[in-house]
Order: sequence, then structure tokens, then C-alpha cells
Amino acid sequence: MNGGPGAPLAVEAEQLVKQFRGRNGTVDAVRGVDLKVVAGEVFGFLGPNGAGKSTTVRMLTTLMSITSGRARVAGVDVMAEPDAARRCIGVALQEAGLDPRQTGRELLVLQARLFGSSATQAAMRAQELLELLELVDAADRRVKGYSGGMRRRLDLASALVHEPEVLFLDEPTTGLDPASRLTVWEEVRRINARGTTIFLTTQYLEEADQLCDRLAIIDGGLIVREGTPARLKAELRQRRHLAADPTLDEVFLDATGRSRERPAGEVQQVSA
Amino acid sequence: MSTVKQAGLLGGRALREGVRTPESLIPTLLIPLFFLVVNVGQAGKIFPSVSTPFLRGQSYAAFQLPSSLLLAASFSSAALYLVEDIEGGYFDKLRAAPISRSALVIGRLLAESLKSVLITSVLILLALPFGISIASGPLGFLLLLVLNALWAVTFAGFMQLIALKSRSAAATNSGGLVFFPLLFLTPNFVPRDLLTRPMEIAATFNPVTYVMEALRSLILEDFSWAPLARGFGVLAALGVLMVILNVRLINHYD
Repeated sequence: MNGGPGAPLAVEAEQLVKQFRGRNGTVDAVRGVDLKVVAGEVFGFLGPNGAGKSTTVRMLTTLMSITSGRARVAGVDVMAEPDAARRCIGVALQEAGLDPRQTGRELLVLQARLFGSSATQAAMRAQELLELLELVDAADRRVKGYSGGMRRRLDLASALVHEPEVLFLDEPTTGLDPASRLTVWEEVRRINARGTTIFLTTQYLEEADQLCDRLAIIDGGLIVREGTPARLKAELRQRRHLAADPTLDEVFLDATGRSRERPAGEVQQVSA
Repeated sequence: MSTVKQAGLLGGRALREGVRTPESLIPTLLIPLFFLVVNVGQAGKIFPSVSTPFLRGQSYAAFQLPSSLLLAASFSSAALYLVEDIEGGYFDKLRAAPISRSALVIGRLLAESLKSVLITSVLILLALPFGISIASGPLGFLLLLVLNALWAVTFAGFMQLIALKSRSAAATNSGGLVFFPLLFLTPNFVPRDLLTRPMEIAATFNPVTYVMEALRSLILEDFSWAPLARGFGVLAALGVLMVILNVRLINHYD
């Protein structure tokens, strides 16, 4: 699902900066990121390891303080009103953050209760999500016995207990086998079709190509490309005078300075 | 939802965690019992109850019991489970919920206090064959459970500080060892006035001394308010300090 041009913004970041201060000085992890994600779209956030993807997501989801700049999610300022922002967002981070000693059902019920549901409402919502993500058979088993794919689905379910407006998925398919990956893709499409905006970070360009309406590439803490996959490919084709549209891999390599033609580290900002 | 209710939900989860890992509770019971048996075996004959005034007619085991109770209350698993949550990413899942940051740390402390009540009760039951009785009666027994639970919360709070700061299981585990020097710098084997002068000074500055003396007073005497006031006073101060430091740390957790 893609929001129209007049659609409200689900995620908005202005000059977002994160600095880490350590014994060896200050590290600039994110150096002034501007983002605009329209409500209803699947937005891909790509970048090489250490580019600042997860740090940006952690700032947008209130899990990390912001050094400077401003971020709003579903119209709520994440720094000024973190609890209000938390009510609007669902978060499934890189590691499927689950408690191995609880059952799938207990985990979902607890999460729903923490978002303010009564015991009855929480039990009903848990059942609904277990059915939606096809985990009913394993619902009363402890999470430590779940496969990687089941854990991912349960993690997704726990991010959805409160029907968030925006769902942040940080590398949701990393480490999954191809079949489990396809299942997660289907879930992402299904969740998006119900109206939830998806902010997806991934290192798999095929995933971004398949799922995302628009994407941004971050490198060295800066956004270096932003646009629809088709437009980014067309821009590269035109700029390089290529005979055919390049792949998203080539766009990524060009953007992050990791192609043979350009040495790593040379960053050009392009908007398509 | 109030912070107390949120802490209650998280405490319930922490209790479930404890019930589902009974193997972590076994050393909590066996090691303090082992210390009780060994200490009484080593020094019991030196202090016969008939000729040792500070035993007030009870066996030496009754004098030793507070050390074992404090040891059991110090085997907190809360901080280690917290590190596990941090390392596994579940802590971030909880932090992403619109709940009070305080509830995240207080929930586990609540669970720890309830676990302590259970473990202390079982230990006292196991210690009964050593000829121990609670001289202050049923009310004294309840106060003893409360005192030990407060110590469990205080020490678990200290361990949680290490867990939140270091985010490392190894560092948190090592931090727990701090209790051993604290335990041995108390009037562990004899009352404070029978210690050598340097040990007496060290014991006087050690907060565990006052908790131990309060527990001991409930076991050996009818209500003696002075040691109880000191014990509860020290625990109130330390407990509040630990909760404040935990809340402060979680509020600035990145």
C-alpha cells in the first residue's frame, strides 16, 4: 500500500544526529539525517554495516537518546513525548527480542497488558495474532523451542499487539532460510495492506526491491540516496549512460562508494 | 496503568522465570544450609548453649542462622536474568512499551522479595532440626521474613546496577562476590563486643552487621527494639538508595 502525495507523514526526521562519546573521543554515528516517510508506505532503509541504520531506528523508536535534531513518528515528537510515540509504533529489532522461558501466548499477553489492555482484551488479542501469524499450534510451548522463523513471526506479533500505526522492522529476515524469509515478506505485505506504515531496514537488496515503495540508503551516517527503487535505477542508468536499468545492488554499490569504479568513502548525495 | 501495576506485571513474569528454572533455586537453598552445617560443626562445641550467655539458651545453630539467611537472600538471580534480557534483545522490547522506566527495574525487585520470603521460610524449616526456635514468636518470624526480603531487594538492586551499567553477565556475576567479604566482616561467629578491635571497627562500619544483628535478635530474644530499629533503618536507607540509583540509571539507559 502506498500513501498518496497528500498523505500525512508517518515518520519525519530533521537533521538527526547521534554522537557516542568514548575514551577515544567522539564518534559520529549519524551525522544529520533527514527522512520523510508517508503514512501507508513500506519504506526501506538500506546501508552497509556500521552505516547508522540501527542507530537511526533506535532513535526513532525512543530506544536511544538523540544528540541533536528532531524526530516525529505518527506526528508525535519522540523526544518530547516518548510514551505517546511508543503507543504509535511497533518495534521488531535485529535480534528477535523474546523471552525464551515464556510461552508464545504468555509473551503476547504480557506485551498487550503493558500497552494497557485488560487481561481479557490481552488474551483475545494474543489469540488473534497467534492465528494471524500461524503460531496457534506452538502458542503454549516455551519460546526456547521455537525455530528461527517462528521466533521472527512471534517477534512480529509482539510488535503488533497494540495495532501500531508505524511498524519498525530492523533486518527482520537476517539469518532466516529462504522459505522463512518469504513467509516474513508475506506478513509484511499483509500488515501493510491493513494500513500500517512499515519502516524496514535490510541488507538484502532483493528484499528492498520486492517490498519497498520507497527507500533511502545511508552511508557514513548520511543519507546518500532516496527515492523509489525504479527512479533510483533510472537515475543511475542515465548518469552512467547504461544500456539497461541497473539492479538495486548496483545502485547500492554506487551510492556507498563500494563499486570498482569509485573507491569506498566517496559519498555523493542524490535524490531521485 | 500505574507504575505499581506495571511493576506487578513484570514481577509476575520474573516469578514465572524463577519457577521455570528450579535449578537456579537449588544452590540458593543448599549453599546456605551447607554453611550452617559447617560453621556449627566447626564452632558448635566451643559455644555450648548452657555456658554461652549470648546464645540465650539456644544452640549455636540459632546464632549462625542469620548468616545463612543473608547468604540465601544474596543469591539473587534478578540481575543475571536482566543481563540475559539485555543481551537477547527482550529488554529493548520492554523498553519500547509505554511503561514507566521505573517499573522495568522495580518489577524484578518485587519478584525478588517474594522469592526471598519463600526461600527464607524453607531454610528456617530446614534449620528446625538443629534445635532452632524463633524466640520472638510468629510476629517475630514475620518480621524476620520482611527483614530478609528487604535485604534481598537491596542486594538485588545493587546487582542490577552492575547489570545495567556493564550489560555483561561476567561482570554482574563477579559483582555478586562482594557479599562474601561483607559477610565475613560481621559478628558472624561471635557478638560484636567479643571481636578484636580492628574487626569490631570494620563490623561497625559494615551495614550487613546491623541486618544480621536484627535477624539474630528475633531468633534469640523476645522483641528487642534497638537492634530491630537499626536493622530496619539501615535497610530502609540502603533500599531507597538502590531503588533511586536503579531508576536513575534506567532513565538514562541508551
